[in-house]
Amino acid sequence: MSPNTAFVVIYVLVAIIFPFLAFTVAYFLRPKRSNSEKTTTYESGMTTRGETWVRFRAQYFIYALLFVLFDVETVFLYPWAAAYNQMGLFALVEGFLFVGILAFGLAYAWRKGDLRWT
Amino acid sequence: MGFLDALPLTVMDWLRGLLGQGLPAWGVELVVGLIKVVLILVVAILPVIVLTWLERKVLARGQDRFGPNLAGPYGLVVAFADAIKILTKEDIIPQAADRQVFRFAPALVLIPTLLVFTVVPMGRGMIAADLNVGILFAVAIGSLAVIAIIAATWSSGNKYSLLSMFRSVAQLVSYELPMAFSVLTVVLVSGGLSTVRIVEAQVIPFALVMPIAAVTYFLASLAEANRSPFDLLLGESEIVAGHNLEYSGMRFAMFYIGEYAHIFVIGALTTTLFLGGYQGPILPGYMWFLIKTMAVVYVVLWIRCTWPRMRIDQLLDFSWKLLVPLNLANLMLVALVFKLAGTGLLGSLLSLVVNVGLLVAVGTFLVRRARSSTSRRTRALVLGEV
Repeated sequence: MSPNTAFVVIYVLVAIIFPFLAFTVAYFLRPKRSNSEKTTTYESGMTTRGETWVRFRAQYFIYALLFVLFDVETVFLYPWAAAYNQMGLFALVEGFLFVGILAFGLAYAWRKGDLRWT
Repeated sequence: MGFLDALPLTVMDWLRGLLGQGLPAWGVELVVGLIKVVLILVVAILPVIVLTWLERKVLARGQDRFGPNLAGPYGLVVAFADAIKILTKEDIIPQAADRQVFRFAPALVLIPTLLVFTVVPMGRGMIAADLNVGILFAVAIGSLAVIAIIAATWSSGNKYSLLSMFRSVAQLVSYELPMAFSVLTVVLVSGGLSTVRIVEAQVIPFALVMPIAAVTYFLASLAEANRSPFDLLLGESEIVAGHNLEYSGMRFAMFYIGEYAHIFVIGALTTTLFLGGYQGPILPGYMWFLIKTMAVVYVVLWIRCTWPRMRIDQLLDFSWKLLVPLNLANLMLVALVFKLAGTGLLGSLLSLVVNVGLLVAVGTFLVRRARSSTSRRTRALVLGEV
């Protein structure tokens, strides 16, 4: 393990502990006088009714789906971009092909009306 | 490198020498590593203290008020008063909440933001860990924020929180893409993922070589931080501050610490990627880094008192129909320019010309379309066709 990786591992552990340290300090300082009124769900004064897990619009799901498609393809672009300067003209052509396919996917979704918020 | 520029490194080397007399090599590395950890935590948390004061001051000035001016000189002590208040507030966990997740979620908001500081070069040689995948690390860790928001809102057991979750997840995933494309443009020109390499590659700051990518990155990271005008997961007037609605005390404060630390991260990463990082004349590197970062942070605060909140459909359209296509086109045009003209001055100049050209073309198209749709609407109104 290189010193850099080792440092990142240590730092990740410290960063995870840090917020819990703050919670612990607060635990010793704060008052603890809970009652059933305080722990009710807050809905601007109204009593909450029915299930919390309400139905939501399918539109959100479509955006999430589109995102997954694009993001996976974006990951492949990182190594291409990092090595771009060392490669010849074929990298440019390949890049255009790849991004072309990506753009075609976006255009298709757009044309199909998936990007319209109704 | 001047004396002042190298001062932190000199101190570090002196410390290494001192420790080397009594400790084995791995012991020295460990102690130095721990010192670095503490330093980074200070760098991450100190801006939070300054920003709680600065934001109120800037917002107040924007609204023609004084802002905090009673607690200490210029109200500077107000941040500490806040800290004491928040530490002594009761921690309420609602009955409907999923207790385990509810407790852990606020910590998850802060952790990714703290981690990003690992790869930010704050001065010549002043970087905690110069990873060879630096900027990818920052982008990957940054997108963990989505999980924090999902955990916090889902576990609250509140309908408003749930609504806030749908909005913010749609927003965060939508702005991930333009952000990735603008970062890709930078990686392509600098030829590496290491943040130090990206800074060193900026003989001319990248903001002047590819303004489209710079502005996109800035706006997308505003959306990632849930800052206005993209703060519709808060929506005080409709979903009563959504994601942190059921939180109180220290757990509530975590969201705020996370937000302010994130604002500083926006400044730091924008500086690193597009404003030439620690490079600059006369002043030492870390001073330049601080000046540039605070300038970006000021713009973030300024935007909050200027731009009204966007609607969800406007927000998604802005990302998917404008920023994504524009940045895809920009990426390929920049790739073309730098392959044909080389990465030297000529390439940079051509890239700037292409960027401005693209921006003018898209801008003209949008303005024309807006005008024609307005005139159509007006005509319809006048002729009574509605």
